Amino acid sequence: MTVDNEKQIRAVGEIKDIRCCSRDIFEIVIAQSSISRNAQPGQFVMVKTAVDKSDDPLLRRPLSIHQVQHGVISLLFKVVGRGTKLLASFKQGDYVDILGPLGKGFAVEQQTTHFLIGGGMGIAPLLFLAETIRLERPAEKIVILLGARSREELVAVDGFFAINGVEVKIATDDGSTGHHGLVTELLPGDAVGAVYCCGPWPMMKAVAGLCRKQEMECQVSIETMMACGMGACLGCAVQGVDFIENGYLHVCKDGPVFEARKIWL
Amino acid sequence: MAVKKTDLAVSIGDWKLKNPIMTASGTFGYGEEFADYLDVDSLGAIVVKGISLLPRTGNPPPRVVETSCGMLNAIGLENVGLERFISEKIPIFEKYKTGVVANILGDSIDDYCRLAERLSDTSITAIEVNISCPNVKKGGVAFGTDPKMAYDITRAVRKKCSKPLIIKLTPNVTDITAIALAAEEGGADAVSLINTLLGMAIDIKSRRPKLANVVGGLSGPAIKPIALRMVWQVCNKVTIPVIGIGGISRVEDVLEFLLAGATAVQIGTANLVDPNVAGELVVKLTAYLQENKIENIGQLIGSLEV
Ligand SMILES: Cc1cc2nc3c(=O)[nH]c(=O)nc-3n(C[C@H](O)[C@H](O)[C@H](O)COP(=O)(O)OP(=O)(O)OC[C@H]3O[C@@H](n4cnc5c(N)ncnc54)[C@H](O)[C@@H]3O)c2cc1C
Ligand SMILES: Cc1cc2nc3c(=O)[nH]c(=O)nc-3n(C[C@H](O)[C@H](O)[C@H](O)COP(=O)(O)O)c2cc1C
Ligand code: FES
Repeated sequence: MTVDNEKQIRAVGEIKDIRCCSRDIFEIVIAQSSISRNAQPGQFVMVKTAVDKSDDPLLRRPLSIHQVQHGVISLLFKVVGRGTKLLASFKQGDYVDILGPLGKGFAVEQQTTHFLIGGGMGIAPLLFLAETIRLERPAEKIVILLGARSREELVAVDGFFAINGVEVKIATDDGSTGHHGLVTELLPGDAVGAVYCCGPWPMMKAVAGLCRKQEMECQVSIETMMACGMGACLGCAVQGVDFIENGYLHVCKDGPVFEARKIWL
Repeated sequence: MAVKKTDLAVSIGDWKLKNPIMTASGTFGYGEEFADYLDVDSLGAIVVKGISLLPRTGNPPPRVVETSCGMLNAIGLENVGLERFISEKIPIFEKYKTGVVANILGDSIDDYCRLAERLSDTSITAIEVNISCPNVKKGGVAFGTDPKMAYDITRAVRKKCSKPLIIKLTPNVTDITAIALAAEEGGADAVSLINTLLGMAIDIKSRRPKLANVVGGLSGPAIKPIALRMVWQVCNKVTIPVIGIGGISRVEDVLEFLLAGATAVQIGTANLVDPNVAGELVVKLTAYLQENKIENIGQLIGSLEV
């Protein structure tokens, strides 16, 4: 990795496109050449959602980098509160203030089958990861397992289907599309390879448990409350397995991607 | 026509700062985290993360929560401890061409004295004493809430501290001027205020506090009017320099604190939102002085007309 790759910036980027993917999930495409050049899959940006230099909401919101194309990055987000609601009201041509790329992303394992497992909004960082693996390792097998509550919540899957030679499997809680059940049930019991996982905490825990049993390397992307996203406030603490000796890990700096075995025994 | 150079330099005792813009402890890491975003050397000084004798793990998460125009934090003073601070962090500071202030915290007067004594032997520029911490020997009452304790701790640390000594005051008191006077009497070179205001937030769905620590310190734009009022009150009472802190993010905020009598200001929560803000404020303050033909920043300080 070159030094340039580690450069973080604060920048204002023009919104090239913003669209509603389903009821409350949006994709926003932002022109930002430096971040798009330096970003690694699994990294995130801190987005200012306040308008007109308002002090409210005060803090930026962390969002994973969903996709990177020349000169632009895209984010996929769900409206859950004030900040995301404001962001959804931005229009094409508006400018948005972002910091990034931040944190430690996924480490792509060598010569293996890659299982990308996403639940809910956890699919956000996986598209960028899948595209990166395909680009860097054209011959290696990529399997994408996506879980959602229902067909309506299952968004942005087209991007995965568009990648050459990937296998995409889907599970929904209500059976409205794909496998009726949990996304973890899609991982073959005899699977060999590396797992990259992002989703709700219980899902990641279940996946990490399966991986331990099947002796697969597993990386998880973790969310916590964050104030700064860049290692200054220590607000994003999470316990690792070596907590007693080494204290808290900080999700924005040590993560958001961790080896599952370093977080859960 | 020759443009007169504007002079932004201010003094705290014998210590001269090139401008009055500092960063506040706990919001600027050790400075290195911000190197991609601004020129640390352009700042008047930086105050680094609070340091205790032994490492502290801090409070369990969640540690931060946003509030209207502000945030609550209960980090719990997580830090690497004095020895690692000296061996790992001070070498980083030695590369900066600006003042670096160590912020110290402890459970007893003895802790503070040992920290001040050790740090006096290093290349640290100045020491800021966070007296918002609970005094374990006095049943956990914060040092900074009682004038007698504030006097005692300042006097004791003064004896061990050969660097400029700043006492950082907590606003969680009835009369902050009494504490400020006690610090002045005890031998402080300056007082800085305010630390965070004790606050709380509740999640009504889960009926639980939003912070694992239940209560936390409120900071950000929401506290600025209180901070400004306290700075003004203290400036009217003490003769030592006052460093204003609380909700500063714009050049207008800096000017308000200077007019109220602050010699310098510290930028806190704003760094967490805009990591380059402190650098921008130096530029904007310089521009303001030039535009208004103010040659010396001293002309602004305390020039409030009431
Ligand atoms: C590294 C990281 C990457 C993320 N990537 C994505 C993404 O790609 N797409 C996406 O939709 N969401 C993502 N999130 C979650 C997203 O940051 C929150 O949903 C968002 O901050 C909520 O802001 P709000 O103002 O809308 O909600 P608020 O009004 O602030 O809160 C509403 C709810 O959101 C939760 N929340 C608030 N802040 C955070 C936070 N920082 N992290 C997690 N939950 C939070 C609160 O607990 C609350 O339940 C990510 C979070 C992290 C830490
Ligand atoms: C995340 C966070 C951590 C802090 N840690 C410390 C600390 O270690 N020592 C200290 O004296 N003050 C600490 N403070 C208080 C700030 O230095 C400052 O006094 C306060 O936040 C008010 O200023 P602001 O409104 O500009 O943030 C902390 C504040 C925040 C938000
Ligand atoms: S969010 Fe501030 S240190 Fe991680």
